[in-house]
Amino acid sequence: MSRGLRLIPIVLLLWLVAGLAWRLIKPADTAIPSQMVERQLPQFELPAAVSERPALASADLATGQPRLLNVFASWCVPCIGEAPVLGELQKRGVRIDAIAVRDTPDALGAFFAQHGNPYERIGADQQSEVQIALGSAGVPETFVIDGKGVIRRQYIGPLSRANIPGVLRELEQVR
Amino acid sequence: MKRVAVALLLLLASPVLADSNLPPAFWANRQLPNEKQERQAQALMAELRCLVCQGQSIADSDAELAGDMRDLVRRRIAAGEKPSAIRGWLVQRYGSWISYKPTDEPAAWPLWLAPLVFLLAGAWLVRHRIRLKVKG
Repeated sequence: MSRGLRLIPIVLLLWLVAGLAWRLIKPADTAIPSQMVERQLPQFELPAAVSERPALASADLATGQPRLLNVFASWCVPCIGEAPVLGELQKRGVRIDAIAVRDTPDALGAFFAQHGNPYERIGADQQSEVQIALGSAGVPETFVIDGKGVIRRQYIGPLSRANIPGVLRELEQVR
Repeated sequence: MKRVAVALLLLLASPVLADSNLPPAFWANRQLPNEKQERQAQALMAELRCLVCQGQSIADSDAELAGDMRDLVRRRIAAGEKPSAIRGWLVQRYGSWISYKPTDEPAAWPLWLAPLVFLLAGAWLVRHRIRLKVKG
């Protein structure tokens, strides 16, 4: 066998080690983006999650005005961190609706008493059915919906204060 | 002393549970009464990837979202939907990532071509060795 061929296993080994080292240093992104972005919202109709807010159906999200759709839960810890950011957006005139995943009215009431309630409508998604239909992989996630009910952007994970200008700009753009 | 106190306090702390307080969905951990349908559901669930415990199938995962997806699969199969249609519906939402079954998209072509490449490499190697032997 020629000298060149004999080097092949060593090259393969180095290649493998380099690949492993690269992934250890820079772990793969585990977020699963929804393929529903730039598509019409799936049809759904959810019952009201709490008595003080109306129920949520897909038709309520195609009102001619852009809105935010927040997928959250009272048992979700990052959602607590996101609550003041959503409150700030609401103060600036952003209309936010929510899907409460696997939640109870009592737990939601306690959550809102502590962290505020920036939502206009809240639908109860008891078996994550609508969450799956949206291509959402966890809580919290936020979708930017345009006036026609088309999903224009997905935020995976909690929104932070740094996201506020971007969200406001996007809502303006999809108007 | 301070360190010991902190360590003891940590023992008292309860872990943050990222689970809801609702019970699992009805069909999450329950078999369908129809044996053939249940077999179809099981086969499909073993090929769908869990969004939470990535790397596990929804049949294996204890995550609540996996339970809700098992419920979805069983309900749709019980309603007469084909497993391929349910898989397609999920792929439409999460991309081919959600399915363990290799696709025929260009990204998977090396996977399909690999056996052919290995076979050719093997044939070349065998021919080479045999020729050497005849000479020797």
